Amino acid sequence: MTDQTVTSDSGSAKSAEQSSEFAASRLAGGDGRDAILEVENLRMYFPVKSSGVIRRTVGHVQAVDGVSFQVPAGGALGLVGESGCGKSTTGRLITRLYQPTGGKIMFEGKDIAGLSPKKLMPLRRDIQMIFQDPYTSLNPRHTVGAIVGAPLLIHNVVPKKKVLPRVQELLEVVGLNPEHYNRYPNEFSGGQRQRIGIARALTLQPKLLVADEPVSALDVSIQAQVVNLLQDLQREFDISFLFIAHDLAVVRHFCPEVAVMYLGKIVEIADRETLYNHPQHPYTQALLSAVPDVKQAAIGGRRERIRLEGDVPSPINPPSGCRFRTRCPLAQEICAKQEPPLLQIGERHKVACHFAGEIGQHPTKPVTARLLGIDDQGNPDPGATPDPNAVEQPGFADTWYDVQGGHLGAKA
Amino acid sequence: MTVPVTELESHVTAPPGEEPDDSGVQKVAGRSPTQLALARFRKDKLSMAAFCVVALYVATALVAPILVKTGVLDPLTLHQDLLDVNMGGIPKGSFGGISADHWLGVEPGTGRDVLSRLVYGITWSLFIALSATFVAMGIGTVLGIISGFSGGFTDSVIGRAIDLTLSFPSTMMLLALSGVAVAFMTGTLQVPAGDVANALYVILVLGFFGWPGIARIVRGQVLSIREREFVDAARLLGASRGRLYFKEILPNLWAPLLVYFTLMMPAFISAEAALSYLQVGVKPPTPTLGNILTDSINYSVADFVFFFTPAFLIMIIVVSFNLLGDGLRDALDPKTHR
Ligand SMILES: Nc1ncnc2c1ncn2[C@@H]1O[C@H](COP(=O)(O)OP(=O)(O)OP(=O)(O)O)[C@@H](O)[C@H]1O
Ligand code: SF4
Ligand SMILES: [Mg+2]
Repeated sequence: MTDQTVTSDSGSAKSAEQSSEFAASRLAGGDGRDAILEVENLRMYFPVKSSGVIRRTVGHVQAVDGVSFQVPAGGALGLVGESGCGKSTTGRLITRLYQPTGGKIMFEGKDIAGLSPKKLMPLRRDIQMIFQDPYTSLNPRHTVGAIVGAPLLIHNVVPKKKVLPRVQELLEVVGLNPEHYNRYPNEFSGGQRQRIGIARALTLQPKLLVADEPVSALDVSIQAQVVNLLQDLQREFDISFLFIAHDLAVVRHFCPEVAVMYLGKIVEIADRETLYNHPQHPYTQALLSAVPDVKQAAIGGRRERIRLEGDVPSPINPPSGCRFRTRCPLAQEICAKQEPPLLQIGERHKVACHFAGEIGQHPTKPVTARLLGIDDQGNPDPGATPDPNAVEQPGFADTWYDVQGGHLGAKA
Repeated sequence: MTVPVTELESHVTAPPGEEPDDSGVQKVAGRSPTQLALARFRKDKLSMAAFCVVALYVATALVAPILVKTGVLDPLTLHQDLLDVNMGGIPKGSFGGISADHWLGVEPGTGRDVLSRLVYGITWSLFIALSATFVAMGIGTVLGIISGFSGGFTDSVIGRAIDLTLSFPSTMMLLALSGVAVAFMTGTLQVPAGDVANALYVILVLGFFGWPGIARIVRGQVLSIREREFVDAARLLGASRGRLYFKEILPNLWAPLLVYFTLMMPAFISAEAALSYLQVGVKPPTPTLGNILTDSINYSVADFVFFFTPAFLIMIIVVSFNLLGDGLRDALDPKTHR
């Protein structure tokens, strides 16, 4: 569904530039294969209990509230956002450590959102996870051999005698000394521990790996080594990745496609080139302004640092309308009244903002109003009919809305 | 109190072929946390002394039956000839009849060798306290793990069970049911009557009423352990409950369990003595520290040595166990005393 030829707006130089980037992105990862994972309107509400003997549910943490995305087979999707925005929760939903409150998780075409633990068992081999903290993700009382070999024993895939050779093979694959299978995790450094965690995740030869901030606990000097290892593994074993990170710098080298999350929702998702060079959501723009940009530094220019004011609001009681409005420099009346839909605005670009546009070029009128059947202040407009297509979908459609000129309309 | 071993001291050469990263702080090759704790423990003189006493106690308990069999110790033979019939059966001679044959004198009223009885009594005490500790720790650990790990309804149920057990008038029950329960065990369950049945009753009672403390401690530990990512990793692999409880979590509990063990042993050694005083448990002539102590109380004035020795012995054992427990806690969890 990704390699449908689409005529882009040949009138503008910018689009021409974009289309060459699209081609690059397809080579980099999209490569036209079907999605291995398709997440649709995924939600996770954690109940908040009152204290006391009778613990009533007094509210919900809306950790993940309706996210949709695709992970292409053999590709990698980056998931980026500030602390607490629901990235880990999303990862844990996909690996089914949590039971989702709602939504679909289509893995190889099969919805796994509601499967019982028993039915999940065979799936556990296909979807594995690399954890954030290498100091708590390995049982300190188990040897490396026991940790890496555990999946084999639990799933009974090889006879007991064959476990050790396989463990040693895996240790070698991740760049550890295979003779060290008898050691305990505390004898290894952070980077080496993360390698052990990666070996464990690889043991069952998964098809999809959820990497939850796999390098953020590591020294900067080791981060690159581990990312490179993951990249090699992806190529060698044809593994798809959902790569979670809290800043855009790390995913840049790994993921041809990146989704930006804010307070339980995806606010912008695009191929790497578009997202880094032409972000349209004010939140993405703010995140990017914090990333040192080598190219711009080389030509003497500097991204202006956009400082976000205030704190992330509580996911128990998120702001009405656009969740980012409490900190958004562009927020207007409509933002409080209407939630902006995640609109596809380019071949591989979606954004959820009433005033989507590149830095300094944000439109003055909400681009979404007509679509939603509302006026520019966000009040229902009896004259307009909402567009039924303006709902969030996991993948990218062949048609999208052109917001560049400030007008809306489907383009073929 | 103790000086933690510095990382430098344990900084053995890094194994070959590893990435030179993370500034090497974590590279304490060859020193597991256990070894570091042991090193800390060894530097703590008081705890080491306590450890030696406890080791001696255990060793004594182990060899005593052999010594009795071979006749070196003789806890049962009566020596009426050594008693002063005119003084109501008080041993002849000074200091409770201490002599070359009877190093701690003889028992008033019967003339049995006090040293033999104490040494053999140690065996019975250890057996009872140890078994009861295992019962209590077994129940407490399993229920604590389940309670902490499951949370929710299961947790509440086990929590109520703990409250109920703690508020139970166990001593009264114990006394009231003693006869019936022992009869039931010897009759229906075919447990050999006498010492075995009596000891078993004490063990079960102490065990069944002793688990709440350990269950609470384990539950608290599990609450923090279950948040660690290795538990999620195991879940993600589809590990069974049993594997999660006993393979992933239990090995991380041994430090608090060991400390609790060394604190529970002396409590049960004392409890055995207290129960003996209430006429529950192994009865004379078979010696336990408890029934010797009970017996000795009648001679507080008439035979001071006989009154003093068992009490002193129990005190030494209990204090040593407690010191050992404290020392282990400090060594295993250096945060508490740094
Ligand atoms: N088990 C849980 N019960 C209740 N609330 C939870 C639970 N797990 C996460 N949350 C809440 O959900 C929100 C999202 O958490 P999540 O761990 O997914 O964030 P994150 O994006 O991974 O952040 P970080 O970068 O800090 O890892 C947070 O507000 C968090 O407090
Ligand atoms: S919808 Fe409004 S508040 Fe939300 S990001 Fe866009 S401009 Fe800001
Ligand atoms: Mg996280």
